[in-house]
Amino acid sequence: MSESSVKIVEAPEGVEGQGFFATSLDSLVGLARANSLWPLPFATSCCGIEFMSTMASHYDIGRFGAERLSFSARQADVLMVMGTISKKMGPVLKQVYLQMAEPRWVLSVGACACSGGIFDTYSVLQGIDRIIPVDVYVPGCPPRPEQILDGFMEIQELAKKESTRRRNTPEYKALLASYGIE
Amino acid sequence: MNAKIIEALQAQFGEDGVYGIGESHGILQVTTAVENIVPMIHFLYAHPVFKFQFLTDLAGIHFPEAKGQELGVIYHLHSLENNVRLWIKVYAPIEAPNFPTITDLFATANWMEREAFDFYGIIFEGHPNLIRILNMDDMDYHPMRKEYPLEDATRNDKIDELFGR
Repeated sequence: MSESSVKIVEAPEGVEGQGFFATSLDSLVGLARANSLWPLPFATSCCGIEFMSTMASHYDIGRFGAERLSFSARQADVLMVMGTISKKMGPVLKQVYLQMAEPRWVLSVGACACSGGIFDTYSVLQGIDRIIPVDVYVPGCPPRPEQILDGFMEIQELAKKESTRRRNTPEYKALLASYGIE
Repeated sequence: MNAKIIEALQAQFGEDGVYGIGESHGILQVTTAVENIVPMIHFLYAHPVFKFQFLTDLAGIHFPEAKGQELGVIYHLHSLENNVRLWIKVYAPIEAPNFPTITDLFATANWMEREAFDFYGIIFEGHPNLIRILNMDDMDYHPMRKEYPLEDATRNDKIDELFGR
């Protein structure tokens, strides 16, 4: 048997002995979640093109366990917002976020989604964090696929480290309440 | 062709009814009064030679310094048979921006008039459904009017310090 070149995820911290391995349920669940995140691409413009490249074979977001894009919000874990969100689109984006089940994370890709970007105008939402909470911001206009992957890996870190019952914490409830979300 | 159109319009609507006559890129442009606009478009539509039967575009415009005629509507007509284009402009004061609708003749004017209403607050009397079309429904002003700033007032990352101003 030769050494396999396939790299698998390292086990979380725990107590190991002959024939057994003990760890916390949180880190085990986090491990599973982080490596099978289902992204929901919400692509409205040029950052969406970068996402297509990120998704395709050259950069291959599947290497991070995210090749299964969920076009239904109900089964998605990560909302990837890529592109300019107009004020008229705002309620649509919020509804998509509300339809997602916990746990859910939001990745804001590109200058427009993060801050409105160059579109400092009456019709454009000046950053999606005005209507939904954002976990990771990826700057750039548009960001390179590597940057999107880096942002995605940050989400993976969050998924690994967060408590499985994040939604029950008072901080999280307060955050959602500040956005008027139940 | 342009000279013939002017002649026919002046014969129909009088010397006073057609003014501001000009030409740009070979396209005739005329200005008329609000009460003339619907009869004029109908006249050009039904004219046996001109046959302006295609409404290419309808747009609003705002000139704040032109007192008494701040808001305008520009109709772009096209005669497909003659391949001749024509612009007709009409103006009204900003206090009473009322224009008649031409949706009875051109169904395509429906959305264009809604757009002009959305961005300039131009009221098209007789329009079947004069509501906003592009902007969000709860917007409380008409953003292309020049008294409103183009920039979003709620933006807070454009700090003068960061831009060396």
